[in-house]
Amino acid sequence: MLSVFSDIFTGPNIRYFLFGILTTLEIAVAVVGISVIFGSVLAILRNYEKLVLGKLAGIYIEIFRNTPLLLWILVCVFTLRGGTPLLRGSLALTLYTSSVIAEIVRGGLNAIPKGQFEAGYSQGFTFVGMLRYIILPQCFQKIVPSLMSQIVTTIKDTSFLGQVAITELFYRSKIALSSLSQSVTVSSAHVFTVFLFVALIYFVINFTLSCIVRAMQKNAPA
Amino acid sequence: MGSGPFALFRWQKLFSDYRVFAEGLGVTLVVAVLALLLALLIGVALGMLSSSGVKPLQAIARVYVEFFQNTPLVIQVFFVYNALPTVGIMLDVFSIGVLVIGLYHGAYVAEVVRAGIQSIPKGQTEASRSQGFTYIQTMRYVILPQTIQIILPPLTNQAVNLIKNTSAMAVVAGGDLMYRADSWASNGFLSYGPAYIVTGVLYFLLCFPLASFARKYEEKLKSRDLVQTTAELAVVEEVVEC
Repeated sequence: MLSVFSDIFTGPNIRYFLFGILTTLEIAVAVVGISVIFGSVLAILRNYEKLVLGKLAGIYIEIFRNTPLLLWILVCVFTLRGGTPLLRGSLALTLYTSSVIAEIVRGGLNAIPKGQFEAGYSQGFTFVGMLRYIILPQCFQKIVPSLMSQIVTTIKDTSFLGQVAITELFYRSKIALSSLSQSVTVSSAHVFTVFLFVALIYFVINFTLSCIVRAMQKNAPA
Repeated sequence: MGSGPFALFRWQKLFSDYRVFAEGLGVTLVVAVLALLLALLIGVALGMLSSSGVKPLQAIARVYVEFFQNTPLVIQVFFVYNALPTVGIMLDVFSIGVLVIGLYHGAYVAEVVRAGIQSIPKGQTEASRSQGFTYIQTMRYVILPQTIQIILPPLTNQAVNLIKNTSAMAVVAGGDLMYRADSWASNGFLSYGPAYIVTGVLYFLLCFPLASFARKYEEKLKSRDLVQTTAELAVVEEVVEC
């Protein structure tokens, strides 16, 4: 058993995994960050169903929410030109996540009483000024827990990127296993250790986030 | 016409090979239905454990839910496909799909059911226990039937996510729609464009009606019985974000 550990957790391998964790986290943070902005725009537009842009936002959200992420990863990585696969894969994840976040933001917007909008207008705020100073701050305060849960989901979703050879954590665990087989006879203990180790990393990160979310929900004013 | 990504011949090729897509759709559908049944079974059982008030039982449900919700489905599928055979547990990709996707979504359904049970006033449980109902009977005849309408929208959304997540089978060459479309496109004339469009449309046709039903049903509930139902929905929604 000890030899299994010393086979797997060599210096270079640990570094290899660490960079995988870093890549996964970087992708997830960037994706959620951009998706919050894009998703908010979509959510605001969707509330104006009579405008053409509002209809388009609705169509966008429905298309992305009702088709699998993997499809969009394959579409972006294999049919788009320019950028690296990592960039195109992250674009797919961003397009997909934006549609989910758009619905979260819309839930937050709809929870704000109509009077707030009317009051804002009556005080001479422009539409954008009102959103910026009155509506969105209240909206985001309400949806912070949901957005945090979305980070958990997105961290899990990055593992789909391993399918197109983007070197995030999951892909690296596959590569680490296959390169291991060149130096030692891979036993079931090796395979189990690698996968349980990788699952544990995801678990520790996501569970920590989930606990924070739960603590926030408990402390939130009803 | 030419040889662009959406050239006519690519579409002709796709329609003459329609069986590939039809079979993939069939696998996706059957896996989705069976996995959903498994998820409902696990979800109701765990949801009842979580609400039992018995600490060890609650802990079991908690550990299960946290484990499955906080690790990626892709890893779980890959683990069952690659690691279990090394200790003699061989499953075909179809069974892996049903089993792992069912187990994974079972965790989410468990949280929906738990929230549904929470939304029913405690007095109901106390009343039926005082009438001599066992815990299981209380759940079966009194509590769970009342939760159905409140948990139906989030459950339907779970079904949509489950259908989309069947594509995780593609990671282990699962024979599902996503896998077949992708391998068809990469083996033939690199007709990615038409293959992905058809695949996207098929998934959309499966998911959109369910998602629309969930939204309309929820709106109906909210408009019918404003105060109580909205409060109950809020309880359920708070727990169910995935």
